[in-house]
Amino acid sequence: MGEPVLLTYLHEPDQGELQAYSARGGYEGLRRALSMSPEAVTDEVDKSGLRGRGGAGFATGRKWKFIPKDPAVTKYVVVNADEGEPGTFKDRTLLEGDPHRLIEGIVIASYAVGAHLAFIYLRREFYHAREMLERALAQAAAAGMVGRNAAGSGFDLSIVLATGAGAYIAGEETALLESLEGRRAMPRLKPPYYPAVKGLYTQPTVVNNVETLCHVAWILAKGYEWYRQQGPPILISVSGHVARPGVYEVPLGTTIRQVIDRAGGMRSGRKFKACFPGGSSSAILPAAYLDTPMDYDALAKLDVYGSMLGSGALIAMDDTTCMVEVVARTVEFYRDESCGKCTPCREGTMWLGQALHRMLGGKGRVEDLPLLEGIARGMTGTCFCPLGESVPPAIYSTLRFFRHEYEHHAKTGTCDVRVMA
Amino acid sequence: MTDGNAETRERGNAAGLSEGAKSEIRRLMAQFPQRQSALLGALFVAQNEVGFLTPDALADIAAVMGLPTSEVTSVASFYHLLFFRPGGRHVVQVCTNLSCMLNGCGRILDHLRRQLGVEVGETTSDGAFTLKTAECLAACESAPAMLVGTERFGPLTPGMVDEVLSRYRRATRSMT
Repeated sequence: MGEPVLLTYLHEPDQGELQAYSARGGYEGLRRALSMSPEAVTDEVDKSGLRGRGGAGFATGRKWKFIPKDPAVTKYVVVNADEGEPGTFKDRTLLEGDPHRLIEGIVIASYAVGAHLAFIYLRREFYHAREMLERALAQAAAAGMVGRNAAGSGFDLSIVLATGAGAYIAGEETALLESLEGRRAMPRLKPPYYPAVKGLYTQPTVVNNVETLCHVAWILAKGYEWYRQQGPPILISVSGHVARPGVYEVPLGTTIRQVIDRAGGMRSGRKFKACFPGGSSSAILPAAYLDTPMDYDALAKLDVYGSMLGSGALIAMDDTTCMVEVVARTVEFYRDESCGKCTPCREGTMWLGQALHRMLGGKGRVEDLPLLEGIARGMTGTCFCPLGESVPPAIYSTLRFFRHEYEHHAKTGTCDVRVMA
Repeated sequence: MTDGNAETRERGNAAGLSEGAKSEIRRLMAQFPQRQSALLGALFVAQNEVGFLTPDALADIAAVMGLPTSEVTSVASFYHLLFFRPGGRHVVQVCTNLSCMLNGCGRILDHLRRQLGVEVGETTSDGAFTLKTAECLAACESAPAMLVGTERFGPLTPGMVDEVLSRYRRATRSMT
């Protein structure tokens, strides 16, 4: 197992201070990047194998290469700091503990794609992160790391910090751009498929996640070969019924079981029952899948619809957990956060919620099982954006692996999980 | 910035925006290539000054930003943290998403209901607290978690909830 990278200095109380950050090697990646050509910087990121850490897992270097080279075209870099996928808290942890790392990553990304204006779209509820970030931005500007002639390189970059106003859907990149333009955060029609073609203010735009840009800063500081040797590292947010919930840095491909062990195992006296490996938008996996590597491809290739690494949010549940209740809460979340633009998502989440609540209220019917399945089918591949598409995986996987729990609820009107546990 | 904390509500029911708020909105507009990008920020400037988004405040934002009032209102209505009704000095947001649910947020919410004597969505009779539920606050390592104003707390126990509430009550009393 490699040494920690992203979390190396997060326990240092003064890591948010420019001086301390610099003394620990901070802004070296930026200096190195600015001494290279923008193309070479992009190549370095490409060769590192870095994939976006927001959830979709798109190759970061490739994303940057989509941006047109023409210097006459205005481009933007937008940081998605709207972390909201249930179970995910690694971006907030990075923002609060190592804000200069993100700023360094932003300058590097902007230099690589030729953007002179970058925006951070920060979740409104991240008050402490905002304080840290505002302070770090002011320090970085005063020290000449951002602004005109960044780090004496002749490259100009301004960074603007904007906040959301409470909307999970704003984490979807085209909805985020709408929100950043001051509108309702409703996803945009595709094509064009990538903001790199038509993004903020219809200009080519790179949208990168907070963790992704922190990786970029490390890659440029230490080189892609070193970076790959470290795993490559990823951050996993581990929560739920584990003994020590928290953000853990592991080499990509560490198994679910190993990650849970890092988090102290399940809370005392309890057995693992199931988990979301990649936030509530992923499928729910039972114990048979504990040895699956937490890797983009390994999780996506499982024979479980909607299994994915996603944002790396591992929500572990023990044998006291009622899966019908978990699915109901998950569905309710998407129902409340649906923007209402497309029918399958707006109506599907509503209907699923009604059926599940009927079941939890002791009024379920055996016909509700095929009903749930049918509504999920109706939402699969039909929703306008990933929000609605995030609902069927939890339905399908629990109907498959925990069908008896639904049946028990439907037949008896009661839950047998807590009694048995 | 403080999103509904006590000190921001001095102006009580004065419905429109002060000159200071309007110039803050103009400052935000100047940060962006297109002025509408400052709208969410402007809505918080208004909310923090007036306490909630009154029709007059929305009209003032529209006038300063050169936008139709209907657009300003439509955008504001989309987001959970923008309010069209008055609330308490401190908004208590209890996370009820998965990790917090698995760690007993239901118990915490029940405790808050009893201690505050209100249901979710309501404000205490002394105007001190509004109780709300929140979706994942990205604080799952300290589940069950809540925000009071801009401050995050967790992992919560009923005893800790009582301490936090009395601290905020004391702070409110010492201000008035």
